[in-house]
Amino acid sequence: MKPDTHDCALTAAERSLREIVEAGATNKVLRKEKLSDTIVLFELDNPLIARNAVAGQFVVVRPNTLGERIPLTISDADKVRGTITIIFQVVGRTTMELARIKEGECVPDVCGPLGTPSEIENYGTAICVGGGVGIAFLRPITKALKEAGNEVITILGAREKSLLILENEMRELSDELILTTDDGSYGIKGVVTGPIKEMLDSGRKIDYIFAIGPMPMMRAVAETTRPYGVKTVVSLDPIMIDGTGMCGGCRVTVGGQTKFTCVDGPDFDGHEVDWDELKIRKAYYFAEEQAAKEMAAKEEN
Amino acid sequence: MSRIKERQPMPQQPAEERIKNFLEVALGYSEEQALAEAQRCLSCKKKPCVEGCPVMVDIPEFVALAAEGKFLEAAASLKKNNSLPAICGRVCPQEEQCEKFCLLGKTGQPVAIGRIERFVADYEALHSNGNIGEYEGPKDPMLAKYGVAVVGSGPAGLTVAGDLAKMGYSVTIFEALHDTGGVLRYGIPEFRLPRNILNREIEYVQSLGAKIVKNVVIGKTVTIDELLSGGFDAVFVATGAGAPQMMNIPGENLNGVLSGNEWLTRINLMRAFRFPEYGTPLKKPKKVAVIGAGNTAMDCTRTALRVGAEEVAIVYRRSRAEMPARAEEIENAEHEGVKFHLLTNPIRFIGDDKGWLVSMECLKMELGEPDDSGRRRPVPIPGSEFIMEVDTAIIAIGQTPNPLIRTTTEGLKTTRWGGIVIDEATGMTSIPGVFAGGDAVTGAATVITAMGAGKIAAKGIDKYIREKYGLPVPSEEPVQEESKGNGQNP
Ligand SMILES: Cc1cc2nc3c(=O)[nH]c(=O)nc-3n(C[C@H](O)[C@H](O)[C@H](O)COP(=O)(O)OP(=O)(O)OC[C@H]3O[C@@H](n4cnc5c(N)ncnc54)[C@H](O)[C@@H]3O)c2cc1C
Ligand SMILES: Cc1cc2nc3c(=O)[nH]c(=O)nc-3n(C[C@H](O)[C@H](O)[C@H](O)COP(=O)(O)OP(=O)(O)OC[C@H]3O[C@@H](n4cnc5c(N)ncnc54)[C@H](O)[C@@H]3O)c2cc1C
Ligand code: SF4
Ligand code: SF4
Ligand code: FES
Repeated sequence: MKPDTHDCALTAAERSLREIVEAGATNKVLRKEKLSDTIVLFELDNPLIARNAVAGQFVVVRPNTLGERIPLTISDADKVRGTITIIFQVVGRTTMELARIKEGECVPDVCGPLGTPSEIENYGTAICVGGGVGIAFLRPITKALKEAGNEVITILGAREKSLLILENEMRELSDELILTTDDGSYGIKGVVTGPIKEMLDSGRKIDYIFAIGPMPMMRAVAETTRPYGVKTVVSLDPIMIDGTGMCGGCRVTVGGQTKFTCVDGPDFDGHEVDWDELKIRKAYYFAEEQAAKEMAAKEEN
Repeated sequence: MSRIKERQPMPQQPAEERIKNFLEVALGYSEEQALAEAQRCLSCKKKPCVEGCPVMVDIPEFVALAAEGKFLEAAASLKKNNSLPAICGRVCPQEEQCEKFCLLGKTGQPVAIGRIERFVADYEALHSNGNIGEYEGPKDPMLAKYGVAVVGSGPAGLTVAGDLAKMGYSVTIFEALHDTGGVLRYGIPEFRLPRNILNREIEYVQSLGAKIVKNVVIGKTVTIDELLSGGFDAVFVATGAGAPQMMNIPGENLNGVLSGNEWLTRINLMRAFRFPEYGTPLKKPKKVAVIGAGNTAMDCTRTALRVGAEEVAIVYRRSRAEMPARAEEIENAEHEGVKFHLLTNPIRFIGDDKGWLVSMECLKMELGEPDDSGRRRPVPIPGSEFIMEVDTAIIAIGQTPNPLIRTTTEGLKTTRWGGIVIDEATGMTSIPGVFAGGDAVTGAATVITAMGAGKIAAKGIDKYIREKYGLPVPSEEPVQEESKGNGQNP
């Protein structure tokens, strides 16, 4: 069988709720941008999700009629235009298939906004830490923390300069911006935990840390802040299917208790997360994912 | 005339064949068999069998029509009370419902009502040239401007939507998943309920005018309050009992331990058994233990066999008599080679140093005094611990209603375990204009009870909207119709 994506027409932005919901969403890709070699941005027509989406929530997306359901963070929601923005890194078959969808075409299934919104308060001084493609999802949280009155220090880390995305946008949102690259090609050479530790050691009062990015990075941030007792919230990314609390596939252990990430999270206290378990669970389908990726790569050529 | 004591046997795919495919196990009666079976019915005046049917299908009537070979008329008779006969004929636990009350059951085997029902529905489908059936009944054009939102596209939601659309309302079904049918699609495997039958029933509801919007999670995408204030006149909540119960024992989050819901969703909804053609992966199991003995558990064992597992066992803490699954499915599982470890309860999952399940520690049980449910309570036998080697453990010990709606709808009354509280007569919840039915109200039950609840709620919603807008209430008795006849329209 051949997978196919849907044809669709543009929908008007301004309609009553009943009209909007009865019509459903087209999920038309109104804007497609490549932020780096492997990072793609979609702005999708979905007034339904845009209405209620808040920072920290995600959508579940299916790239075609044979495809897998994968969660992607809502990086921005424009209530006026009725659109949401997702930013994803091409890492395997599903994200490859998604990246194949062209501007003007539609993503067949987009469901959301899912997950419990991030807890936004005026904590005082907050550090927002983003690694890799995680920077994209840091944006709505940084924005919300700033709007809540926090002094916001943002630390962005990437392997090398070309992977550092959204630098200007994040600079605008933050009181202070620190950049790190593993190879020193831009900003401070090293990883994000360096400047965090420095700040904590310097005696500067830090009230809240939010970290999002690859699992090893979030874990390292949590370990760095643990001795200082600074509240550190991380955004977990286990394997999901439905995203509504129905399958239990996204189970994680936090504070010794089993949680369903899709409904209880994705934000959790980084000091309480059982990281070893999460690492194992994330690798559940490693062999199958590799095979699927090779297959998809062949199709691409 | 002496009656034949035994019912017509159901032709089936042989066990050794069927465990290699996902095709339907029960092949259905031939026309001769259907006639012969229908002719066993005594057409009892008191219709004891009807009492056992949650939607009160007029069993003697449709069976008598079938006995005369008038299968299309029989289908029409069935459809008066049951809009999904092809499904119910296949999945109703008939031995506990209609057939349990059949008079013939006293001296021999009861009439195979479900099998005749299935034959009649399939016959109608086959002889309608792919036409899904036009609804020719009266539709009130006055009602088209009233909008009803139905939350969930399982049997309860489909029934309400179908009934209200027939009356003339604008009905929109919102479904959280990317596909419709609820448990009928993601839970019950296609070797029990072929997808073309399910699709046909859903197309029928759509043909009546009901709209379906997928990928909308009520409580997240929009709340019930927003639906009510945003232009809908009533909401029907049919969100089922979709949240899996876990066991809360050590090792439950090891790789290799899954909930029944995850296992079945991967296979039935996402079609992971056809990975990599389909995108969702599945780990091929070798030795599988399924914990529990309900319909979900049986379906898990039988899908495990079909994806190539070498050994599959049910592990259940009570005895055979207490197993809640349909008798036919337990029998099918047994024939297909599923082992039964009864009076056995897992207490711990054991993993290797890489975090993968390798075995399960179990305790033997014995039956003690009856508990609240009237079933004898299983009690552990001290010192009876033993280790069972497994690479996949599927937990199928029950489902509870998903808390999403409850936690996002202020004023919605629910029970201690999360079931929505309704007025039995109308289906209305503690919030005016919000109705509910199916597993979301009763907890995990059956397809036909969910449909029955839908029938009641459809009437309740109609009454509510008519009263709210001062529309004439058409009454059941044509006699009274006259006295109410002069237009009370707003
Ligand atoms: C709440 C949440 C929000 C996320 N937001 C984003 C985002 O905004 N941008 C982004 O690029 N990535 C995001 N991710 C990760 C993204 O879902 C995975 O990169 C994607 O599923 C990979 O699929 P694939 O088939 O392309 O790769 P695969 O080769 O299948 O997998 C690569 C890795 O992705 C993870 N993964 C695989 N399947 C799933 C699945 N069904 N659900 C979750 N993780 C899976 C696994 O850890 C795997 O090792 C998010 C994850 C979660 C849980
Ligand atoms: C594996 C399995 C096998 C079974 N076998 C049988 C059998 O053989 N015979 C029998 O009679 N019964 C059987 N049952 C029970 C039967 O399927 C259920 O009782 C019946 O499906 C309940 O119908 P429902 O409409 O209430 O809910 P469901 O069928 O559960 O449908 C609920 C729907 O609502 C959707 N939903 C949930 N929350 C939201 C939300 N917030 N917003 C939008 N949509 C939402 C869900 O995705 C789902 O599609 C079985 C159940 C299972 C799990
Ligand atoms: S709907 Fe179910 S219970 Fe009712 S007659 Fe048919 S098979 Fe029996
Ligand atoms: S009780 Fe049995 S024999 Fe009597 S009418 Fe019903 S199905 Fe026929
Ligand atoms: S993804 Fe299924 S319960 Fe969270």
